[in-house]
Amino acid sequence: MVSTATTAGTEPVFHLEEEHAHAEGGSTMLGFWLYLMSDCLIFAMLFAAYGVLGGNYAAGPAPKDLFDLNLVALNTAMLLFSSITYGFAMLTMDKGRVAATQGWLAVTGLFGLAFLSIELYEFAHLIHEGATPQRSAFLSSYFTLVGTHGLHVTFGIVWLVTLMVQVARFGLIEANRRRLMCLSMFWHFLDVIWIGVFTFVYLMGMLR
Amino acid sequence: MPDTLTKFIFGRLTWDSLPLHEPIVVATFVAVALGGIALLGVITYFKLWGYLWREWFTSVDHKKIGIMYMVLGLVMLLRGFSDAIMMRLQQAIAFNGSEGYLNSHHYDQIFTAHGVIMIFFVAMPFVTGLMNFVVPLQIGARDVSFPFLNNFSFWMTVGGAVLVMASLFVGEFARTGWLAYPPLSGIGYSPDVGVDYYIWALQVAGVGTTLSGINLICTIIKMRAPGMTMMRMPVFTWTSLCTNVLIVASFPVLTAVLALLTLDRYVGTNFFTNDFGGNPMMYVNLIWIWGHPEVYILILPLFGVFSEVTSTFSGKRLFGYTSMVYATVVITILSYLVWLHHFFTMGSGASVNSFFGITTMIISIPTGAKMFNWLFTMYRGRIRFELPMMWTMAFMLTFTVGGMTGVLLAVPPADFVLHNSLFLIAHFHNVIIGGVLFGLFAGIAYWWPKAFGFKLDPFWGKVSFWCWVVGFWFAFMPLYILGLMGVTRRMRVFDDPSLQIWFVIAAFGAVLIAFGIAAFLIQIYVSIRRRKALTDPTGDPWDGRTLEWSTSSPPPAYNFAFTPVVRDNDAWWDMKKAGYNRPLSGFKPIHMPSNTGTGVILAAFSVALGFAMIWYIWWLAALSFACLIATAIGHTFNYHRDFHIPAAEVTQTEEARTTLLAAQG
Repeated sequence: MVSTATTAGTEPVFHLEEEHAHAEGGSTMLGFWLYLMSDCLIFAMLFAAYGVLGGNYAAGPAPKDLFDLNLVALNTAMLLFSSITYGFAMLTMDKGRVAATQGWLAVTGLFGLAFLSIELYEFAHLIHEGATPQRSAFLSSYFTLVGTHGLHVTFGIVWLVTLMVQVARFGLIEANRRRLMCLSMFWHFLDVIWIGVFTFVYLMGMLR
Repeated sequence: MPDTLTKFIFGRLTWDSLPLHEPIVVATFVAVALGGIALLGVITYFKLWGYLWREWFTSVDHKKIGIMYMVLGLVMLLRGFSDAIMMRLQQAIAFNGSEGYLNSHHYDQIFTAHGVIMIFFVAMPFVTGLMNFVVPLQIGARDVSFPFLNNFSFWMTVGGAVLVMASLFVGEFARTGWLAYPPLSGIGYSPDVGVDYYIWALQVAGVGTTLSGINLICTIIKMRAPGMTMMRMPVFTWTSLCTNVLIVASFPVLTAVLALLTLDRYVGTNFFTNDFGGNPMMYVNLIWIWGHPEVYILILPLFGVFSEVTSTFSGKRLFGYTSMVYATVVITILSYLVWLHHFFTMGSGASVNSFFGITTMIISIPTGAKMFNWLFTMYRGRIRFELPMMWTMAFMLTFTVGGMTGVLLAVPPADFVLHNSLFLIAHFHNVIIGGVLFGLFAGIAYWWPKAFGFKLDPFWGKVSFWCWVVGFWFAFMPLYILGLMGVTRRMRVFDDPSLQIWFVIAAFGAVLIAFGIAAFLIQIYVSIRRRKALTDPTGDPWDGRTLEWSTSSPPPAYNFAFTPVVRDNDAWWDMKKAGYNRPLSGFKPIHMPSNTGTGVILAAFSVALGFAMIWYIWWLAALSFACLIATAIGHTFNYHRDFHIPAAEVTQTEEARTTLLAAQG
């Protein structure tokens, strides 16, 4: 039962003879981008909430009374450096150098930890001064926005450690490279969000 | 100190949390418990646990996951409809000093649960299930982009449903209305667990919905068969793409706003409070920024179903394919620019209300264009009035009325009169039942033979159809009239006896709908019994036009033995016209994803986490969260998630089909 008498050259092709392989993880980058955009929307909502409520001090402290720009600048530097070092990790990954990749990942994680420590110190200081999340809508939205970013960084560090273990065990195989790419996007995304936080919350807060 | 210890172990969960003082709930619980025990007994007796676990619960096959979504939607429909008919009965009898049979504590939970269940756990699973089943088949793919995520998404949706169902028997559900506006939903006015059940059920299910949205977008963008350009995609795939874009771009908003409400309730922040600078109207704005796209998430895929059905049963190519695609995209975009029409009465002023009123009215233009496209497809077609086509006709007549009352409500001055009245209730049931539900029944009747290999029994289908359609008109037209007379929604008792007749008519309509649901269940039962007579050996029972009809019914695990190549819209129609012959040899091993139980386990931990948070059982919350993270990380250490179906097995499957087709002659 071969197909009918039409000449082979003109017969339309309706299926592929060979198995049509989708590259393993071919949709992962797109999928992860979409996830990041959905996460970005969550931050957009938190920024919007801060935009609406950021001036509602309820007779409590205002940004000028609370923020220490030097500390925040130091903190920003920690996060920006961590992004650079992640970039170095990706460059060494491209060259297939496992040890160097692991080294840069570790440095990235340490910068991330430094960022978190400074943020926690700042939070503890604010709460100690009575500027708690419950004190006013401004502080509720401030703590939620900055804290959500901090939670993301925490999650990123857990992920980073997991990937370092996996690279140590299985090497820079294709799946691990893909995962490192995803974390790279995640990490830089958090950097971009932080620049928004730094500008809209801290710098503009001091101008209010 | 045993008291402190009990508090530590059980949080605020005590024996008093069980609603033993509500005879209706107790009776329901007994019935559900007996039914559940019977079901579990049957499964155990026939030793089906292993089969269900291996072949269904852990399956990453998009077809099986799609069917499980449909089962979830159907089960929850029964629950949501029970709530509906209880409300109808209450409102029909609570006149002339009668309090009816539901106290306000119970009644308020019922109208909240009805809305939440119908939207999140009936309409969403049905729509997601349909997309899951159909889209990969329509685009000639073997599965979705992320098969494990698909399984996980499904179980998270189930997890949310489990929490909602648990609230019926342990504690209570929210008494706030389906969107839980603060300050009513704040800790001050709702100190009980109801709103917490609401929050955690939606958060758990929301994770599943967002991930399944991402999954289907990737599938449609990346996995289309060669030759299927964007403008050759079937319309159902197009509407699914737009719906999933809407999901990914709106569900995070719901996640965020519910998280803020959670902080207000658990931490004592002041986002939506009346004091300390909080702003309750911000909640209303934010939740409708999710909520309005949500209604288009529900209706767009069904517009796709109607397009497929109309063109198949008219035996014609869809009229105005391009305009249909653009209309869908325009609706997708506009659905983000109308949210404020849900609260014109907020008092944002004439300019803001005019903007949102006008954008709302503009949406009727692409929708109207679709309506005309369907009409022109039918025009001079050879229309076959099979069940899917009947649902489509009922939709066109019913939905148009709902659309017109929607445009009426979009006029801000009119809305000031009709806001929160039964006119609004009639309007949105008019479009959700007349659009989403009728579309789902059309889709179920249309694709059932593809899923199971036999058609649905037409007689019981028609009984269900007429009961539903007539029942709908009886149930909701009186509500339009009552709304125009100024009756507001969510009332438990009434003073004016002249209103009663309309509520009695509405209750009669609800009874007819109950018959419609019963007939639908009977239809499924009868069809399974008569599956030999109703069998579809060809895989193409309706003379279909799109790729899903080119494979067998039910399709093999790998969907297509060879990846199809597309050169036109209506790819399968094109293949049939060109005299395409199915390949009979040369089969290759097929690369497929492996099943995994991780999705079930993660969802189970999520339910435990939600339950613990609801009842303030902090140790359990911490433990289940830790388990959740550990399981997720553990899963990433499994690098071998795929296998090959050997060529011999593919050959065997395909030869069985060849024999079946040959027997047809």
